[in-house]
Amino acid sequence: MSHLEFDPHLYTGELNQREDHAPGDEPEESAGHWILNSNLGLAFSVVLTAAAFWAAQTHLIWGPAVPIALIVLAIAQMGVHIVFFLHVTTGPDNTNNVLALAFGVLVVFLIVFGSIWIMDHLNQNMMPVQELMQMRT
Amino acid sequence: MSEIDELPAALETLRRVREDPHRLGHRGHGPQAPILGAGHGVTGPATKRIIVGYGFWLFLLSDIVMFSCFFAAYAVQRGATAAGPTARDIVELPRVAAETTALLLSSYTCGLSFAATNARNRLWTQVFLLATGLLGLAFVGMEVQEFINLGARGITPQRSGYLTAFFGLVGLHGLHVTVGGLWLATMMAQVQVKGFRREIVHRLICFNLFWHALDIVWIGIFTIVYLMGSIA
Repeated sequence: MSHLEFDPHLYTGELNQREDHAPGDEPEESAGHWILNSNLGLAFSVVLTAAAFWAAQTHLIWGPAVPIALIVLAIAQMGVHIVFFLHVTTGPDNTNNVLALAFGVLVVFLIVFGSIWIMDHLNQNMMPVQELMQMRT
Repeated sequence: MSEIDELPAALETLRRVREDPHRLGHRGHGPQAPILGAGHGVTGPATKRIIVGYGFWLFLLSDIVMFSCFFAAYAVQRGATAAGPTARDIVELPRVAAETTALLLSSYTCGLSFAATNARNRLWTQVFLLATGLLGLAFVGMEVQEFINLGARGITPQRSGYLTAFFGLVGLHGLHVTVGGLWLATMMAQVQVKGFRREIVHRLICFNLFWHALDIVWIGIFTIVYLMGSIA
């Protein structure tokens, strides 16, 4: 039994693999590893892109559901790009990269949905132009 | 890894974990001895490669935040057509499909060029970088052609709020691809003249990140502007 709060064995022996690494970069790997990643990324992207173009043109999907399907496909493809092309993963050596990404995503969501939300409310609360004209006269 | 004259690896690790449990790279304050490799395994401060890549990653995220402002403007202005052309009148799906294919393939060849860079193979690095550049050029060419066609039909940015947002968002991305193409040509020249020196490889890492990020932004554009515009 150990009186430590953590398991020291967890941190010994394999320290090299826990080193930080930059996005788009990985510890020394053979060229095959990179080529495999690119191939997988391309394959997933082609499928998702084709699905998006198909979904936009088909009549098989219920109309109002199409934009949602498109957004889901786009987010999936962004995920594929981030993992297979940018090599940002959930590994312990990627913590800093993922945290920065998470902050970026947060800001993007605030800007996009905040703008849509605020402007939508402004639109609803604005007096129709005709009534404005009548008030002037 | 630890040298003989330092603490045994396990003790060194215990100390490191205790002083920096979340591996944030903080060193203890005050007069303590510096912790060897705090936050970065046991190898000391992060290497230049990591610092350069991470810094560029932060720049890319800020670039994406800028794009998100243009996306927000587009979303807000979507209905402001001033009785002029709407998204439906602008979108040509075959052209968008061709542009998307070109940019996706260029992202792929860019990844392959980095595989060749890691193998220190100059010929294949140059071949794949050239392919990336030509595909990027094809993309920009198609987009310029699209803008010229739209202009000929009287569809210009000053026509309505919607068109301002459209040309702003798509044009900003096209500008990024163009600048990326110039950077790519510079990198090809540097690889040829200077070879795979350390700083050249760092720049290639950054260029790879930049090019892939442009493709990620394009996913947002072709989904929100073009595909959703075609069904609006």
